[in-house]
Amino acid sequence: MTKEPQRIRTEKLRWHSRRALLENDLVLQRFWQTQPEVLEERLAERLERLLAMEDHDLWELLSGRQRSADPEVQQLVELLRQPAVQ
Amino acid sequence: MSQKVTVRKFDAVIVGAGGAGLRAAIQLSEAGLKTAVLTKVFPTRSHTVAAQGGVAASLGNSEEDHWHWHMYDTVKGSDWLGDQDAIEFMCRKANECVIELEHYGMPFDRLDNGRIYQRPFGGHMSNFGEKPVRRSCAAADRTGHAMLHAMYQRNVKANTQFFVEWMALDLIRDAEGEVLGVTAMEMETGDIYAFHAKATIFATGGAGRIYYSSTNAFINTGDGVGMAARAGIPLEDMEFWQFHPTGVAGAGVLITEGVRGEGGILRNSAGERFMERYAPNAKDLASRDVVSRAMVTEINEGRGCGPNKDFVLLDITHLPPETIMKRLPGIHEIAVQFAGVDALKEPIPVVPTCHYQMGGIPTNYHGQVVVPGKRSQNEIVPGFYAAGECACASVHGANRLGTNSLLDLLVFGKSAGETAVENLKKEPKPHKELPADAFDRTLARLDRLNTQKDGANVHETQLAMRRTMQKHAGVFRFNDLLKEGVQKILEVQQDVQRTEIKDKSKVFNTARIEALELDNLIEVAVATMVSAEARKESRGAHVRDDAPDTPEMPNGRDDTNWLKHTLWYKEGNRLDYKSVTLRPMTVETIALKKRAY
Repeated sequence: MTKEPQRIRTEKLRWHSRRALLENDLVLQRFWQTQPEVLEERLAERLERLLAMEDHDLWELLSGRQRSADPEVQQLVELLRQPAVQ
Repeated sequence: MSQKVTVRKFDAVIVGAGGAGLRAAIQLSEAGLKTAVLTKVFPTRSHTVAAQGGVAASLGNSEEDHWHWHMYDTVKGSDWLGDQDAIEFMCRKANECVIELEHYGMPFDRLDNGRIYQRPFGGHMSNFGEKPVRRSCAAADRTGHAMLHAMYQRNVKANTQFFVEWMALDLIRDAEGEVLGVTAMEMETGDIYAFHAKATIFATGGAGRIYYSSTNAFINTGDGVGMAARAGIPLEDMEFWQFHPTGVAGAGVLITEGVRGEGGILRNSAGERFMERYAPNAKDLASRDVVSRAMVTEINEGRGCGPNKDFVLLDITHLPPETIMKRLPGIHEIAVQFAGVDALKEPIPVVPTCHYQMGGIPTNYHGQVVVPGKRSQNEIVPGFYAAGECACASVHGANRLGTNSLLDLLVFGKSAGETAVENLKKEPKPHKELPADAFDRTLARLDRLNTQKDGANVHETQLAMRRTMQKHAGVFRFNDLLKEGVQKILEVQQDVQRTEIKDKSKVFNTARIEALELDNLIEVAVATMVSAEARKESRGAHVRDDAPDTPEMPNGRDDTNWLKHTLWYKEGNRLDYKSVTLRPMTVETIALKKRAY
């Protein structure tokens, strides 16, 4: 895959991080602040799977009340859950 | 250089696919009209999802109830600023709208006898304020979410055409003032389109993101309200915003009142339990407005915490950890995630947080946008409708009751759709020709943004706006701060007019979208500040420290001079007023009295 499609894919994911619930918006905003301009392909693919979820279900994962059955998505959730202040 | 604009024709275009937009679309599509719905995000990701409490309807499934009692509660809740004809209309239509939703497949909680389960909710009473009544219909704690799903499915069946990830940019009005559609940007390509329509319905939600501390999701940028203001439509009662006392400082995420119920204590920078001074009996469990006012007073008098002394602390460290983890499990996680504190060991920074916009685009109870004209104060703007949080019918007046927001979007979404269908079928006619300057405003905004040099940073400007609003037009208002706030927000407005984006690419350019959203937010912010500065009384959610509580002016409410709706016009940044409709449709006026619970 050339760089341009991956950049567009990243931009699309950035927009898909706009959510119905503020809690999810904030966690995802924090994630994006730590990422390069273009997401690495494997991470982008996992984020796509995560962002396809409904917002309440997403917050269940991000708040640690539930775990994803998909180990790769759960790994991403752990990364997102790293609190604002260590 | 100007962009090409492709024109698409529909009978109706709806902007926004939250509850109000989806409900309006059902009405239009099921009537066989070609209907487009434009939405920035997928419909079931609209902010309606966040509504948990339920939807009010006097079904009387668990105990006796009546729409007239619901009407009384809503008028009282509005501090008599709500229009009583619209309130009667909404309360009478509630049962029909809820039952329709049930037929669409909404999974309401049920009683053993199969009827919809109803629970009590603040401010909803039986027999004209006598005792609490079970009026709220809910689907567990996902009422808004379930509602959107049921209505989205219904729309799919009715062949509504969804344009997902499209952002409406400006209203198209001709020289006679008739609304002929909107311009919009397809995010995936950055291309500009015009949706030429015989009916245009705004259902774009609120603009809670004008405040630094807001419970609203990032998408709530008041797009419809901003577009209406730019097109010369006045904004009604924008000084009225509902706040919640305890949002996490800097984030806005709500900390439920249950935390104080379990023994949580509010403290200032000296560690003092300051609520003992403001409410010696109820202390930290005083009503929302009393707690919010006390918090703001502490901050304003220099006893706030943190480097900017701009929040207070909610302390639960004295509670046994097992109580916190058992009774308040979500709070521990929220504090860790959004305040970076372990609430078992450290207090949580909190501030009063903006939650809901009572004002908006002025409409009548048919969902038609109305403006003052030569013949009346409520002349219909042909072709233009609005419903939900972006609109002001006005049913919430100066303060909204819980569970009336979902009812508002169902009733007025349906009403706007119904009126549009009626108008289109009554006088079938071809599309009115678009004026030569139909796209000028949009293209000028885009050109300006694409060519701006040495401009203002979008995020910094947005932050300046949000901080100005929080400090100068927050939950508790002061004359000097409001006056200063007007100057400051006008300065921010200057910066908004010269925002610059570095990335000029076309595909999913979030930076461009955010700059365009800021154009909308600033209209709402200026309208709010100017309207709030001018209203020299306290009423509902607009509370000033210089409005004395006297027998003639209960709680500082001045009915002699201020029982009227504010109208703010973008052009000339000027204010006008119109009278409140005190006469309901069929019943007696609910007479003015002190609002006390």
